[in-house]
Amino acid sequence: MITRDSTDAGFGLKVASTLVMIFLYFPLAIIVLYAFTTQSSSFTFPPPGLTLEWFRVAFGREDMWQAFRLSLLVASVSASMAILLGSLLAGAVYRSRFFGREALAFIIVLPIALPGIVTGIALRSTIGIVDFPPLGIWTIVIGHTTFCIVIVYNNVVARLRRMSPNVVEASADLGASGWQTFRHVILPNLATALLAGGVLAFALSFDEIIVTTFTRGSDPTLPIWIFNVLFRPRNRPVTNVVALIAVTVTIVPVLLAQMLARGSDDAGSGMGAGSGAASTTAAIPDPR
Amino acid sequence: MALSQRDRRNGFMAGVSGFFYRHPWSKLLLLLLPAVLWLMGLYLGSIAGLLVNSFWSIEEFTGLIDRTFTLSTYRDLFEPYNRDIVLRTFFMAAAVTVACAFLAFPLAYYMARYATRRGRFVLYLAVLMPLWSSYLVRALAWRQIFARGGVLYWALGKLGLDGVLDTLVQAPVVGGSSLIASKISLFIVYMYLWLPFMILPIEAALERVPGSFLEASSDLGARPGLTFRRIVLPLAKPGLIAGSIFTFSLTLGDFILPTMFGSSEFYLGQQVFTQIGVVGNTPLAAAFTFVAMAIMIVYLTIAKRAGAFESL
Repeated sequence: MITRDSTDAGFGLKVASTLVMIFLYFPLAIIVLYAFTTQSSSFTFPPPGLTLEWFRVAFGREDMWQAFRLSLLVASVSASMAILLGSLLAGAVYRSRFFGREALAFIIVLPIALPGIVTGIALRSTIGIVDFPPLGIWTIVIGHTTFCIVIVYNNVVARLRRMSPNVVEASADLGASGWQTFRHVILPNLATALLAGGVLAFALSFDEIIVTTFTRGSDPTLPIWIFNVLFRPRNRPVTNVVALIAVTVTIVPVLLAQMLARGSDDAGSGMGAGSGAASTTAAIPDPR
Repeated sequence: MALSQRDRRNGFMAGVSGFFYRHPWSKLLLLLLPAVLWLMGLYLGSIAGLLVNSFWSIEEFTGLIDRTFTLSTYRDLFEPYNRDIVLRTFFMAAAVTVACAFLAFPLAYYMARYATRRGRFVLYLAVLMPLWSSYLVRALAWRQIFARGGVLYWALGKLGLDGVLDTLVQAPVVGGSSLIASKISLFIVYMYLWLPFMILPIEAALERVPGSFLEASSDLGARPGLTFRRIVLPLAKPGLIAGSIFTFSLTLGDFILPTMFGSSEFYLGQQVFTQIGVVGNTPLAAAFTFVAMAIMIVYLTIAKRAGAFESL
């Protein structure tokens, strides 16, 4: 594979890399394709015909829109709470020494390093015992905020580390109060990191299903709605249409946030997806 | 008027910041308190509560939970049915992890060694994006790929290989009544879903290997295979371990996929879900959860020893 003076990748390596890329994207293409198929309950290939009918059916379903709105609401509130808690925490842990600091840094990561089911049933049993709040939007938010804190935290800590301590000193030397320094120096520096962290937290929350299963009330979030209609025999392409909506709602902001973060030198921090307990931001390091 | 209000506010904020400046501990406390209460109180408290639950038991006839300390729930884990669930889940997680490592390496290696700076960022985004599309959606895609008459059967039919697939599906242990109902499909979908989690840390680890190491190795007469085994692989190990933490942990705790793929045989997450949601046996569900946690903690300890945390 590695030859003495070649800087070009070998043929085998190129082929293998290309195949893996195709493997990653082929299923997404299938989702798009079958959103347009004319068949209502099977997935023959190639599809016998293409239609926009399923988009009409999907958009007309009020229960889908209810789930969609609930997911939007939950994701917005969870991301906001994560921004608040995560950035405060980052401010405290960054460059302060106190008892239990290392332990705290470990605990922050736990909600996404442990399987999501752990977070789910632990919170559910506590909510059951305390009997408050009633199962519903707030209990979902509690679950989501727990694993979203680390996303914002990692983004903000990464930014604070990269920020020169000189700017804070310069601000103080020029007579700014602590508040003014925070308001006019620190906050503008953190803005994009907060935004990127918030967007990633939003996307993670919007797609989450494992923790949600345990902490939700009777109203489904969008992923739960999709899961519930999955096994219905009729109008199957409707699921694909809703799946496309769900993917768009998370992919577009995340892509923008990644571009934004790269612009301000932060790309890579703040990973996580998949099944609720998806990933630690620490574990998917900066790729550059 | 507006000006004086602004002055007053600045004066107030200056006072507050002055207080914080004179009492740095108060500021630290205020910053720490909300998140610490949340994570230590709510989250860790909940897990501790779960641990307590696993030492309780359920009364067989009444279905009520008996709140006296007992190890009987953990003993139940060793019943053949439950033990098989744990072993089945463990081997699935291990198989998925190994497969992900093999699939991830070439692309990670290409990204780290040959891609231009810009190309690498594009590839990085391309690997990242599937992770950010709902995992349910991606699993749904595979049900449509694996369907009878679907694209996989169509493609294999064109190649004249559909008979091979049918033989594979009918194989003992891994097979099932159809492709979707076989362990093979469950395995492939897990592998697909978690693959990016493996690619990214390996890529990051490989990126830190200086090209001169490889040149030095070949200058000293090592063939590519030897360089790979002795130089590349050891240096990629922390990334491999970091990635495997995810592939392993995520497979261990998942309960959605086994309802969509595979036979009626249960996996750990499903059993937890059923015990807590259907049977109402919270102690047994808690005990199963702690098996998953224990496996992960052993895994994390080994990973830490192997130096994977430094590369995180």
